[in-house]
Amino acid sequence: MSYITKSPWVIHYDGSSCNGCDIEVLACLMPMYDVERFGIINTGNPKHADVFLVTGSVNEQNKNVVKQIYEQMPEPKVVVAIGICACNGGIFKECYNILGGVDTVIPVDAYVPGCAARPEAIIDAVVTGLGILEQKRQALANGELLKEPEPEAAVAAPEEAAEEGKEEA
Amino acid sequence: MVKVIIAVIAYIILAPIVGGFLAGLDRKITARMQGRVGPPVLQPFYDVLKLLEKESITVNRVQDFYVMCFFIFVIVTGCFFFAGENLLLVMFTLTLASVFLIVAAFSSNSPYAEVGAERELLQMLAYEPMVLITCVGFYMFTGSFEVGQIMLSTKMPFPYLIGIFLGFIFILTIKFRKSPFDLSMSHHAHQELVAGLKTEFSGKTLAMLEAAHWYENVFLLGMVFLFFVNGTWWGYVIGIVDVLLTYFLEILIDNSFARMKWQVAINSSWIVAVVLGTVNLFMLMFVR
Ligand code: SF4
Repeated sequence: MSYITKSPWVIHYDGSSCNGCDIEVLACLMPMYDVERFGIINTGNPKHADVFLVTGSVNEQNKNVVKQIYEQMPEPKVVVAIGICACNGGIFKECYNILGGVDTVIPVDAYVPGCAARPEAIIDAVVTGLGILEQKRQALANGELLKEPEPEAAVAAPEEAAEEGKEEA
Repeated sequence: MVKVIIAVIAYIILAPIVGGFLAGLDRKITARMQGRVGPPVLQPFYDVLKLLEKESITVNRVQDFYVMCFFIFVIVTGCFFFAGENLLLVMFTLTLASVFLIVAAFSSNSPYAEVGAERELLQMLAYEPMVLITCVGFYMFTGSFEVGQIMLSTKMPFPYLIGIFLGFIFILTIKFRKSPFDLSMSHHAHQELVAGLKTEFSGKTLAMLEAAHWYENVFLLGMVFLFFVNGTWWGYVIGIVDVLLTYFLEILIDNSFARMKWQVAINSSWIVAVVLGTVNLFMLMFVR
């Protein structure tokens, strides 16, 4: 019997969202959709959270923040990218400082397309995420180390450092 | 002696069940007050069992030890109380438990936890006078600090200690971490201080903290119960009904007040302690 699917606590981070998706995330917590029915609480503390909801794309400024929140969350955890911005950059994709979707810095488990994503779709994605959460919990309980793909940004780091070095020079 | 052992074992086993159930009711009623459906009543149990399944992240090794001490001393407090021990001893043990929690938060060196811990200290400063006055009130009424003796009293303390009762209800809002004075853990306003005191606790440590709060809540409601005993069965019935009413009142207060600053918490609870508490104590000198 697993309890992780009965009490998923979420943390919500606004990347460079236009706030459209954020409002929809908050709408899920309001009386109309009331996700607390499923035991979902918005914690605001990565150390208490199981599900990481990211809205908006990742840019140079916030990529470390996203990574840090992800790393501070205890296993098992899942990441849900909400809105087309968080999936692949969306309308901001071509901007000079945008890296793209959330999966450019951390592994994402569920994607919610839409601009803005509907609350129903967000709840659906979180429920899908719970299935993955349960799998991860079992893997953890069996002592298998979760294979975390090394974030691409880490690979890109030396180049960046080199670039920064160039700029300074 | 057998009675005492039974009471203590019953407390250790039943208190988390009752406490968790009350916490679930709290969340359900709160949701209904806000026009939501709310989680299942067993949700707090799911939460704690989930936390036990999670990975443990601790910032240092002593932190878990201190939280464990908090947990143990809260249980010891309740055991002393239900074993009919001295009320002052009970309250000082509770204070010791709170100190361990504060030290645990300070040890993490996290700014949020530290601000939370400082606020917790201020909260203690706010409620301690009223707690002591409550003990003294019981002593003046029954002539004993022993909970066992107070339980034997044939007159119901409530009508004589009504001011102290109201003052105690007032500080219960602080102890239950309810809205106007929910300063240190930021239960509702979690964006301001992240999670305050418990920011750095996760997994099993957090589960222990939650369970400790259930024990603590049951003990505090036991204190409320003490105001209504008169040695008869209907005294017990009135006591239990009133305990539930008190709990409902706290939920109502939680949902109808915005959070206040710590200055308000200290000033108001000291004013309540001085006005309701000491006036009641003086009255008791003449009435009794
Ligand atoms: S997907 Fe649309 S609504 Fe959501 S953050 Fe992006 S632009 Fe805004």
